[in-house]
Amino acid sequence: MRELGVALAGLHLKNPVITASGTFGYGLEFSRYGELAALGGICVKGLSLKPRQGNPMPRVAETACGMLNAIGLQNCGVETFVRDKLPFLPWRDTAVIANLYACAAEEFAELAGVLAAEEGIAALEVNISCPNVRAGGILFGQDPAMAARVTEAVKKRAGTKPVMVKLSPNVTDIAAVARAVESAGADILSLVNTLSGMSVDVFSRRPRLANVIGGLSGPAIKPVALRCVWQVCRAVGIPVVGMGGIASAEDALEFILVGAHAVQVGTANFLRPDFAFHLVEELPPLLERLGVSSWEEFRGGLRVE
Amino acid sequence: MADAGRCREVAVLAREGASPEGERHGLWRLAVENPGWGKAVAGQFAMLRPVCFGRELTWARPLSLFGVTPTRVEFFVQVAGRGTAHLAAMNPGDRLVMWGPLGRGFAVEPDTPTLLLAGGVGLAPFAPYIAAHPRPENLRLIFGHRPPLAAYPFAEMAATIQAESFHEEKPGDLDRFTALLRERIAAHAGGLVLACGPRPFLSAVAGMGREAGARVQVSLENRMACGVGACLGCVEKDALGEPVQTCVRGPVFWASELEAFGGGLETSGSREGCTCGN
Repeated sequence: MRELGVALAGLHLKNPVITASGTFGYGLEFSRYGELAALGGICVKGLSLKPRQGNPMPRVAETACGMLNAIGLQNCGVETFVRDKLPFLPWRDTAVIANLYACAAEEFAELAGVLAAEEGIAALEVNISCPNVRAGGILFGQDPAMAARVTEAVKKRAGTKPVMVKLSPNVTDIAAVARAVESAGADILSLVNTLSGMSVDVFSRRPRLANVIGGLSGPAIKPVALRCVWQVCRAVGIPVVGMGGIASAEDALEFILVGAHAVQVGTANFLRPDFAFHLVEELPPLLERLGVSSWEEFRGGLRVE
Repeated sequence: MADAGRCREVAVLAREGASPEGERHGLWRLAVENPGWGKAVAGQFAMLRPVCFGRELTWARPLSLFGVTPTRVEFFVQVAGRGTAHLAAMNPGDRLVMWGPLGRGFAVEPDTPTLLLAGGVGLAPFAPYIAAHPRPENLRLIFGHRPPLAAYPFAEMAATIQAESFHEEKPGDLDRFTALLRERIAAHAGGLVLACGPRPFLSAVAGMGREAGARVQVSLENRMACGVGACLGCVEKDALGEPVQTCVRGPVFWASELEAFGGGLETSGSREGCTCGN
């Protein structure tokens, strides 16, 4: 298979490998470990209107086959990103996707407005796994109507940028949220965000995260993620980006086999900083071995009796 | 690939205790192939992830450089949990993924009287520091430890500089060690004090340095996932209260740079640049 490129709505990727938000910094941190321009896309660390310091320490904990984090969206703010980081990313070659974080629909819209004007931004990813301050802190992503409102608000201000909405797995019916967001105008869906979890230490009798609970990621969550992607791909007509515990080329193809157009890799970037670059190189030989001649032929081709 | 030598799979060359005492106390020297590193500075570290971690143990382990030659990179490892237990059980030929050298190391001021303060396995970075220092007669090492002295590579380090060790065995010993540190730090007023060890030890040293008017650097060992500035799991607050990543802005900091070590107490003024620490 020679052509690894894939198109999702208006988002064109040279290959289906995107680095996931929060695991790849602003991209530049990894430039000494591989050629950033070889990646399909880079989802940068979640951006808010103003800089955020994040949660108290400790805010990461290792768990069996994964990790928990409660970073609390520490970031330099959208203006600093656009001024000091974006110009140094190879955005003509690799899709730079801005991940948006806010606590109110209007803030999301304002962020979208700032980024819609930036030539170097290929798409906007909306993190709806954050608390809606006006609604008493319930997560936008846990309520289909609220998720739809945020999507609409972003879409209105996003100009020509494709809008990708990142879904939380911490819901009863992820397909219902997916359908609501699709109806609200989302161009692409990405899933799953981390699973809510916790870890405790019996010796100190304390939680391992200062925030007590955090988001679980890594290979431990892959079966859950795969199930979510499969259900969502059957429920919507827009392209889906699958993620959750991908740590090999085979893992990546599993998500495409259940219907995803592309994948994001996250925690595996911590296993080794050159992971995503290796993944891009490992896809063609595996596709060759599987006799795959095009993405169209392979995507969603899961054989279910 | 851009600078692909930065992350490589390498083989273990040797693993041995500094002595049978060291082995009994979980203290090991680990030597791996040098994947082509040029210059490294004492106080820098590497991330090591044995292939045998598989998917069960997620993160690589950050370890301070203990020695770098054109063919070998050496570490001094204390077993502290499952990851370091795996590292300390590796045999020649076993493979691990390694990236580094990472972070910023200790300041070297050849003509300044320099006090090296080590607690336990915090002795490790001072071996390459002493080896590379152009005027070792200006160095003095104080080493506090709980396992027996023979468990550590102290004797070989003490061969070329002034050095003294302090064995902490019973509760009252800590006060006497603190008194010794205070006396030695006071004698280095106007000099340089470099410290590596447990966090309470570093806090005490930073306080004493401030009182004595000595400039102090501390080497931190914060929990981290990536070592490259991305996970944001290892942040400290700088003197202005802004987060900085220990992996890229440290692990060696001037105590005056960090809020937790008294930074900002005697300094004022603003710092330009991005608040995200990059």
